[in-house]
Amino acid sequence: MSSTTTSTGSKELAPVSAESLAALLIAGERPPRPSALSASLTFGWRAILKIKHVPEQLFDVTAFPIMMVLMYTYLFGGALAGSPEEYIQFLLPGILVMSVVMITMYTGVSVNTDIEKGVFDRFRTLPIWRPSTMVGYLLGDALRYTIASVVMLTVGVVLGYRPDGGVGGVVAGIALLIVFSFAFSWVWTMFGLLLRTEKSVMGVSMMVIFPLTFLSNVFVDPTTMPGWLQAFVNNSPVTHLASAVRGLMAGDRPAADIVWSLGWAALFVLVFGPVTMRLYNRR
Amino acid sequence: MSGQTSGLAIETAGLVKTFGETRAVDGIDLSVPTGTVYGVLGPNGAGKTTAVKMLATLLRPDSGRARVFGHDVVREADAVRGRVSLTGQYASVDEDLTGAENLILLGRLLGHGRKAARERGDQLLAAFGLSDAAGKQVRHYSGGMRRRIDIAASILNTPDLLFLDEPTTGLDPRSRNQVWDIVRAVVAQGTTVLLTTQYLDEADRLASRIAVIDRGKVIAEGTKGELKASVGAGSVHVRLRDAAQRPRAAEVLRLALGADVQLDPDPVALTAPVGAGAAGGRGAAEQAARALADLARDGITVDDFALGQPSLDEVFLALTGHDTKAEDTTGPYVGTKDEAAA
Repeated sequence: MSSTTTSTGSKELAPVSAESLAALLIAGERPPRPSALSASLTFGWRAILKIKHVPEQLFDVTAFPIMMVLMYTYLFGGALAGSPEEYIQFLLPGILVMSVVMITMYTGVSVNTDIEKGVFDRFRTLPIWRPSTMVGYLLGDALRYTIASVVMLTVGVVLGYRPDGGVGGVVAGIALLIVFSFAFSWVWTMFGLLLRTEKSVMGVSMMVIFPLTFLSNVFVDPTTMPGWLQAFVNNSPVTHLASAVRGLMAGDRPAADIVWSLGWAALFVLVFGPVTMRLYNRR
Repeated sequence: MSGQTSGLAIETAGLVKTFGETRAVDGIDLSVPTGTVYGVLGPNGAGKTTAVKMLATLLRPDSGRARVFGHDVVREADAVRGRVSLTGQYASVDEDLTGAENLILLGRLLGHGRKAARERGDQLLAAFGLSDAAGKQVRHYSGGMRRRIDIAASILNTPDLLFLDEPTTGLDPRSRNQVWDIVRAVVAQGTTVLLTTQYLDEADRLASRIAVIDRGKVIAEGTKGELKASVGAGSVHVRLRDAAQRPRAAEVLRLALGADVQLDPDPVALTAPVGAGAAGGRGAAEQAARALADLARDGITVDDFALGQPSLDEVFLALTGHDTKAEDTTGPYVGTKDEAAA
C-alpha cells in the first residue's frame, strides 16, 4: 500500500521518512516543563510573529492614533485653548491615554478569533502554566501599545507639543500607561472568551470604551461639568490615568493619581484575571 | 499509578457530556490497553470528538469518571496533559505562522531550549518531508501537509498517548495512506493511539480494538474479527449488462446467498450481503463465487463484480437497525464509497 504512494505525480509531497521518524521518537526525551515566565514570553513571541506575518494589523496602532491627535487638536484647539498649539500641551497625554485604552479592545477580538481555531485546543492540552496563553497575548499587545504611544508622541512633537518632564517624564508616563493597559486588557480577554462572535465582542467593547474614555478629563477640565457627571468623571480610572500621565510628562510628581491608576490596574487583574482563567479552563 | 499496573492507557466509566438538550456523550465505558491503536468508529455527530475532548482535558465531563494512565482527567488534569497530545479534526497549529515557527513555538512550550527546539523542529520537518515548506505560512499548506505538520507538532515530545481525531477526513487517498504510515511508525515506538474515524476501512487497517459509537453510546466493542463476525463479512456488488435481467438476478442471488438482495439506484446494479453465517458456513469469497456461477448458469450477463468489506453503513444497520444518515445533520456523509469499491 505504501509502495503505491511514490509511484505517481512529481509535484506531490516528499514521502515521510519512517526511519528518521522512528529515530526521532526514540530520541525524544522530555525536558523539564518551562517556567511560567518562559511560557508567557514564548506566547508573546507568537504574538510578535503574527505581527511580522500580518503587518496590516498595525494599522490600528499607527493610522488610528495619528488621526486621533490631528482630529481633536484642530477640532477643539481653537475653541478650548485659544489655539491648537496651546491645546495640544493639555490634550496630548490625554488623547494618548484614550487611544491606547481604546486599542486594548482588540485583545478581546484576537482571543475570540483564535479560540475558533484548533490551535487553541492544542495550547489547552499543554502542561504549562495556564494563564501563559493569555499573558502572551497581552505581552504582544504591550508592544502594540508602545508603538502607538511612540507614533502619537512623534506626531504631537511635530505639532508643537513640548513636555516639561523631558524624556524621563515621557518614558515614565508611557510606562504607566502600558502597565494600566496590560491590566485593563483582562476585561477584554474575558469578553473574548465569553462572547460567541467577533462582532459581539466589538459591540460590547464599544459600549464600555466610549463612555469610559469620553467621560473623563481627557478633553477638558471637569470643573465645568454638572455635579453628578463630575462625580463619575473624577472617580473614573481613565481620569486618574490621564492625570497621572499628564503630570509625569509635565515633570510633576502626581503621586496620588499614580497610586490610583496602579490600584485600578491591580483591581482589573485581580477581578478579571481569575474570571478569564475560569472561562479558559471551562471552554 | 493504578492505571499503569493494570496496563490501561484509558479507563472510563459512565462518561456523560450534555450540551443543552443533547446528550453528546451518554454513558461511555472504555478500556484502552497501552501500546495499541484503539479505534473509535462512528458517524458525524456520534459524540466521538466530545469524548476525545473530555479525555484530553479540554472538556469537563458532566458525570462519570475518566482516567488516563491512572490519572483522573479532571482532578489530575495537569498530570494527564504531561503525557498526552491531541491532533484535532481541524489543524491544531497556528495558520499565521510558518511550519518551522509552529514547531519551535511548541518545542519551547514543551520546555526545550531555543536551540533544541529549532533542531528538533528541523528534524521533524525533514522526517515528514516538509523541509521545503518550512518557511511557508501554514495557511498556504495543502490538506495533506497540514495534517503532517499537525502530527509532527503532536509528537514533538513523544507522547505516551496520542489522540487522533479523524486524522484523514478530507484527505485524498494518497495523503491518507501517508498518515496511516505515520501512525504505524508512532505506535511502533510504544505510543498508545486513540483514533476516531468515520471509516471502517481506516479502523480496520490501524486499530486492534474498535468501539462503535452512536448517539453518544458504545453500541459494539471488540477486536476487528469479533466486530466483523457480528456484521457479516461484507457485500457482493454486481453490475449486469441488461437491466431487464435484474429481477431474475435478484432471485438467483437470494437463493444462492440466503440473504435479502438490495436493488441499487443504478438499474443494472444489485448488492447482497455475504458471509453472515448463512449459506452453509462457507467463506464470503466462496459464497460470492458460487452465486456468480449460478448467475452465469441462468444466462445472466455480469459485467462487473466486487466483494466489499461491510461499509460503516452496513455495520450500523446491523448493529442499530438504522443507518448513519438517519439523524446526521452536520454535513454530507462521505463514508463508504471507497470501501465498497475496494
